[in-house]
Amino acid sequence: MSSMYSEKVMDHFRNPRNVGEIEDADGVGEVGNASCGDIMKIYLKVKDNVIEDVKFQTFGCGSAIATSSMVTEMVMGKTLEEAEAVTNKAVAEALDGLPPTKMHCSNLAADALHDAIKNYREKHGK
Amino acid sequence: MERIYLDHNATTPVRQEVRDKMLPFYGELFGNPSSAHSFGQEVKVPLEEARQRIAGQLGASTAQIVFTSGGTESDNYAIKGVAFAAEKGHIITALTEHPAVLQTVSWLAKKGFDATYLEVDSKGLVDPDDLRKALRPDTILVSIMHVNNEVGTIQPIEELGAITREAGVYFHTDAVQSFGKLPTNVDELNVDLLSVAAHKIYGPKGVGALYIRKGTRIDPLIIGGAQEKRRRSGTENIAGIVGFGEAIVLAEAEREEVYERLTLLRQKLVQGIGERIPEVVINGDPERNFPSTVSASVSHVEGESLLLSLDMEGIAVSTGSACSSGSLEPSHVLVAMGIDTVLAQGTLRFSMGRGTTQAEIGYLLDVFPPIVERLRKMSPLSASKAC
Ligand SMILES: Cc1ncc(COP(=O)(O)O)c(C=O)c1O
Ligand code: FES
Repeated sequence: MSSMYSEKVMDHFRNPRNVGEIEDADGVGEVGNASCGDIMKIYLKVKDNVIEDVKFQTFGCGSAIATSSMVTEMVMGKTLEEAEAVTNKAVAEALDGLPPTKMHCSNLAADALHDAIKNYREKHGK
Repeated sequence: MERIYLDHNATTPVRQEVRDKMLPFYGELFGNPSSAHSFGQEVKVPLEEARQRIAGQLGASTAQIVFTSGGTESDNYAIKGVAFAAEKGHIITALTEHPAVLQTVSWLAKKGFDATYLEVDSKGLVDPDDLRKALRPDTILVSIMHVNNEVGTIQPIEELGAITREAGVYFHTDAVQSFGKLPTNVDELNVDLLSVAAHKIYGPKGVGALYIRKGTRIDPLIIGGAQEKRRRSGTENIAGIVGFGEAIVLAEAEREEVYERLTLLRQKLVQGIGERIPEVVINGDPERNFPSTVSASVSHVEGESLLLSLDMEGIAVSTGSACSSGSLEPSHVLVAMGIDTVLAQGTLRFSMGRGTTQAEIGYLLDVFPPIVERLRKMSPLSASKAC
């Protein structure tokens, strides 16, 4: 099927990794605005400075869902510092690129992750 | 997998009969109709025959039909042509127009013309009283579309046209979505200018026409070699024009039958969505909607993710309008109709055509509910988990 998206994006859209909510999350991040067409929420479980579990919920287009999924896969099991170093660009590259009009979504995914880490640090004084 | 095409408002497949009529013009009939020799003269007859067919459908005479490169050019020509001839003045249009009209009017507004954009009600209709109030002594043109491409609302053109005529102002209608699908007699509609395009009625892309009532003061948009009686220069797209002529005759022959079939299909689709998917709003006017089009706003999910999911099942639909996909703005049409902006983000347009079957709509109704459910489960918006 021809698509405006790469195979990787379509794969993550079709089978998103780590979808859902973590009830007793240690950190929660949220970015976006539903009236602009996208909201991303990232939930973290952190133990000994390592991301033990990460889940996402996204209201958004195909690339918003794929970038959310990709960012969770990239940081699962990583230290908080490693996760903080994940950039918007890195997420887009891991997906073999995004259409230019959709770059804005990948920005959201890394931003939601960083927001969740910030929330964790605030709550836990680290 | 057989793919199902439910995006006929964007464009339609060229009918075999139309293609057959066009092919000779990509072969032996290659002449330029402006040439005096036999190669030129032999393509003049089919060119004028096609013009006769378009004119006939509109209840107009051939001298009033100018061929163009499509709906966008016809809209630009009508509006800029009248504006350039008048040199200054006030133009009235509506917020739900196609960008070919809206952008043209706002461009003219930047160049010193005045513009009024009429609001619409929640069904997408212009209130004739609003038009009455907006008309001014310096108004030069009113441009209101016949059938809206995103939601299918049919504007009361006869009435809006009559009000405008009474004020002595020219009336243009973009009939790109209604030509060959609804009656479009220019005298019954009370219009002075009317835009049409071939590719929405199983004709080729890149061909259209503008009807211009006799006596209308209008400048040409494209100048050069004086084709189309100086009104639209450039060597004619003969193959396309011939295809357009064939397409309109075929469309008219089955117009009422297709209308009835679409009405039943629309009922099935609207009812099926209502029964199988909670929290969906059908946009438009149940009483004045062209039956090919169903605009459905699905709560808690975003339209493109719905579109992609349906595409994976082989079903082609659109979000809002083809022009706004890739943009982050919710559809200007839905916003003008007062639809909640978050809900507007979850809008799909299903547009059916002459070949759409009950079985295709049945298949859509089977695969659509689980797609909505899956995306709602992924969505952070509240209440989504209840579905
Ligand atoms: C209402 C309306 N006006 C104008 C156009 C533009 O026509 P075209 O694509 O032939 O330029 C379209 C469709 O694209 C349309 O739906
Ligand atoms: S939701 Fe932001 S462009 Fe996709």
